[in-house]
Formats: sequence, C-alpha cells, structure tokens
Amino acid sequence: MTVLAILEQRDGALRKISYEVVTAARRIGETVEAVVCAAGPVTGADQLGKFGADKVVTLTNAAFAKYNPEGCAQAIVERAKAGGYSALLFAASATGKDLAPRVAAKLAVGLAGDCTEIAAEGGAIVATRPVYAGKALLKVKVATKPAVLSLRPNVFTPVERPKPGTAETVATAVTAGRVQVREVKAAEAGALDVAEAQIVISGGRGLKEPANFKVIEELARAFGGQAAVGASRAVVDAGWRAHADQVGQTGKTVSPTLYIAVGISGAIQHLAGMRTSKVIVAINKDKDAPIFKVADYGIVGDLFDVVPRLTEEIKKLHG
Amino acid sequence: MKIAVCIKRVPDSETRVKIGPDRKSLDEAGVKFVLNPYDEFAVEEALQRKEKAGAGEVAVVCLGPAAAQETIRTALAMGADRGVLLQSDAIPADGFVTAQALASELKAGSWDLILFGKMAIDDYSQQVGPMVAELLGLPCVTAVAHLELAGAKGVAEREIEGGIEVVEFPLPAVITADKGLNEPRYPALKGIMAAKKKPLEVKPVQLAAGGIEVVALTPPPERKEGKIVGEGAAAVPELVRLLREEAKVL
Repeated sequence: MTVLAILEQRDGALRKISYEVVTAARRIGETVEAVVCAAGPVTGADQLGKFGADKVVTLTNAAFAKYNPEGCAQAIVERAKAGGYSALLFAASATGKDLAPRVAAKLAVGLAGDCTEIAAEGGAIVATRPVYAGKALLKVKVATKPAVLSLRPNVFTPVERPKPGTAETVATAVTAGRVQVREVKAAEAGALDVAEAQIVISGGRGLKEPANFKVIEELARAFGGQAAVGASRAVVDAGWRAHADQVGQTGKTVSPTLYIAVGISGAIQHLAGMRTSKVIVAINKDKDAPIFKVADYGIVGDLFDVVPRLTEEIKKLHG
Repeated sequence: MKIAVCIKRVPDSETRVKIGPDRKSLDEAGVKFVLNPYDEFAVEEALQRKEKAGAGEVAVVCLGPAAAQETIRTALAMGADRGVLLQSDAIPADGFVTAQALASELKAGSWDLILFGKMAIDDYSQQVGPMVAELLGLPCVTAVAHLELAGAKGVAEREIEGGIEVVEFPLPAVITADKGLNEPRYPALKGIMAAKKKPLEVKPVQLAAGGIEVVALTPPPERKEGKIVGEGAAAVPELVRLLREEAKVL
C-alpha cells in the first residue's frame, strides 16, 4: 500500500516527530510519500529518504508560517484525494491532534488516534490505542478508505531505511482560514516539553513545597538539555507548577526513554500518563507507594538525599 | 447567547478496568459512570458565558445509552437549561459516526457557540468536536485553556509543545475545552432538585457501523517486575550502573 505521512515543521525546521511518522509509515507501506505544510523550504525535508520516504513534498504558502488549521487541512485533503493513498499517518502531537480530525472529517472517515502500534493485515490496518487511562489497550481494524491514524510521540523510534527518495516543493493555494494563529508565546527558552523529551523527571507532593522543585531542575540540567521537568496533578492543582508540565490523565501522556518519578505516590491518574515510558525509576520514601509497582528501578529514601546524589553522578557521566 | 454543549457518560477515572466476556468491551458491572471531566469544563464555560450575557440558553446534547440521562441531569444540576439524549446502546468506535449523529441534531439550532470537552477519558478519541465543526461548516479551536469573546470574535489560547498558541476566530464556532479553562462548579442541592424538572428529550438514533471496528480490548502488557535497588543516597551509584549497563538508557 501507499501511505501518506503528514510531517510537522516549526519555524522552517522539521520536527523530530516527523521521522517517527515516516518510520511508522514504512512499517505498513511499500511506498511512503511525505507532505509538510510550510511557508518556504523546510530544513531536514530532503533527509527523509534515509528513513524510507520515497518522496517528500513541501506544500508552500505564506499562510503556513504559523500553524494554519484550515489551510493545512484543505491542502492535505486535496493531496490525499489526488494521491489515492491507503492510509494517512499523523503525529498525535498538539498540532496533529487538531489537524487529523479535520482532515478525516473532510474525507468523511473516522480517526484512530494516538496509536502505539500499527500493522497492515489483509488490506486493512490494525492499530492499537491505549484507552481507559492506559488501563487497557483497544485493538481496532481500520477499514476506511483512506485509513486515518495518528501516532503517539516517542513510541515509534526512528529507524534509518535508506531509499533514493525525491524532494519537491509545490506552491499551494488555499482559502483564507477563519481560524488564525496570531502568535505563539514560547515557553522559557531552552525548556523542553515533557511530551517530547527523551528524559522526563517529575516531582510530586513529596517535594513538600514549590521552591524545592529546584532539586528536580538541577537533576534535569545535569542531563545536558535532554531532560524535561514534569509534575503530578497534586502539585499542579496546588499551583506549584504550570499545567503544561502535568503528566497524567488530565495532563500530558509521555513515553520517554527514561522517566524518573520523584516524591510521586503513583495514583492511577498519574500512571495513565507515563506507563508507556521505556524505563521508569521511582524515588520515594514510602516503600509501599504504588509507583514502585510500575517502576523498573526504585530507591526507597528521602528524595532530598537521593536526588542531589543522583545529580552528582549524572554530572560525572556528562562532565 | 445560545450555547450547546456536547457531553459524554464515561467510567470514573478511578475505575478498575475489567474486560467483558466479549473480549472487546469493558465489563460494566459495578462501574461508576460520571460526566466526562473535560466536559465539565465545557458545561461550566457555557454557564459562565450565558450568565455574563445575561440571557440565552445552554442545551446539553449527549449520545449514549438510556443511563446517560443521569449524566445529562448532572449537567442540568450544574445549571444547563435542557438536555437531549440521542439514545443508542452502542457507541461506535468510529468517531465520525458519532460526529454525524451530533451534527445532525445540532444543525438547525443556530448556536452562537458549541462546546465539547477536548477528549473523553474512556476512548481518548479526541476527534468528535472538530469533526462536528467540519460537518456544520463552523470554525473550530481545540484544546482551549483560555477563552475571550467580544461580540462576534473570539481569542483562544491552546497549549502546544513548548509554548502557547494564541488563536483568533469568528463566532459562531466550535470550541473544545482543556483543563485550566475554568473551575467547574459542583451542583448545589437546589440545582439538583431543579434539574429533575428541567426538560430532557430522548431521541432514539440508529447509527451506521462506520469503518473502524473493535478487534479486541486487552489489559496492557505487565511491566516486568521491577527491583528496589536500595535505600537512600547510598543506592545511587548502583542505580546509575543499572541504568547504564542493564537498561542502557544513560
């Protein structure tokens, strides 16, 4: 089958999630085409052949400088209709979660969103999606033409499968959208988003007060810019941390390579947001805390002793 | 202001998930059902907008089984004026089918605003709001954590990775609510009593099967038994060694 991978860029650079989408597309498609909406050339778009894209098309329009929900949906739908693809794959990122349903609705089909596994089986696509806060996995057969799916970030590790891919740029006309992104207020410079970081270190009520989050921030810094700081619902509801940092059912779902839970008991609503992490470390003074049931490695102890020591050890590795 | 809020009946977030005998759905025995938490933000926003405007109507629309009348009553107890249940025992796995049913109910309503929660905490589909907007030809902003309306224009803020998008749109529009939009009120006793007398219309609906079919519902894979590396700061060097040599993540 031929699969269309919908890529994302920000400020003219391809986002990492795009490589994940192409990698996943190669799993189900013999032919993979990729498309990205942008105001001009996109850094990295010509590199996608390495990950198995046969063709990368940059759809350009000045209106695509910022995310343009209606314009992008229109451009992608036109492409999808012209190309006769079996499947459209999006990232289940903030943008993909907004864009994929719009595109699916214009194509009069449903969406299998936030998938953690996809496979082609007899002409249809079978996808697995976590449901009920990650307490169950729903396997669905997507027989729509095309199948529209979105993929949970950080699950499909990019794999190089070189193909002699081609890249082209197509100036694309779209109707002026009614919904316009006026500005993007950037988070603190250099701060990684918990949903995208390879390492997430989250703090909970065990930190006792908001100022103590500095021990978590210092540990994050020791990883040399690869780690983001997350938080449990309890400390977000208490106003210690921003909602953007919240990991859990009413916050973000994360799947980093390494998740370190510090002073977090492990309520079911928190586990919902992080149980698909590859390796989980828990640091908690209560040896019976539920977080130890999902953790690969645990240290029972006072986080104010354990975390600074861990920071020292990590600094040694990265020093 | 004339506002519609689409709501869903979902299992409480603390529910222990037991798979039903068909191996495709939840065993609902003993499960407590609630108004989807994100929909509470949507209902609250509608009530505040109507209160601010000083006039108008807040109608809640729900696709669900007969028992979802109770969910609608919760929204009515919060202060919504009337409810519509599109009654169907089965909720399709294909969100577009749900969106079609809701859009067909909403299309004649000339609403100023149609609100949804950004997602339901049972199936995590996160698609019905923007699909209804497409079907009705309305502008849509999803996952809104801050909303300002002035006349026929609105400004919304939504969280994206590493920042916040500030989005302008015209009314009427479809908005899906994220946490942070407001603090949903608890229904007061007076509201609960009043809700019993508010109009609740039940309309049976026949839904198409759609193109997404459930194959299986399974428990998540067990995480391999973890180990307690040790106690206190003394255990840190061993933890780092294991992360490097065994887990190979450092």
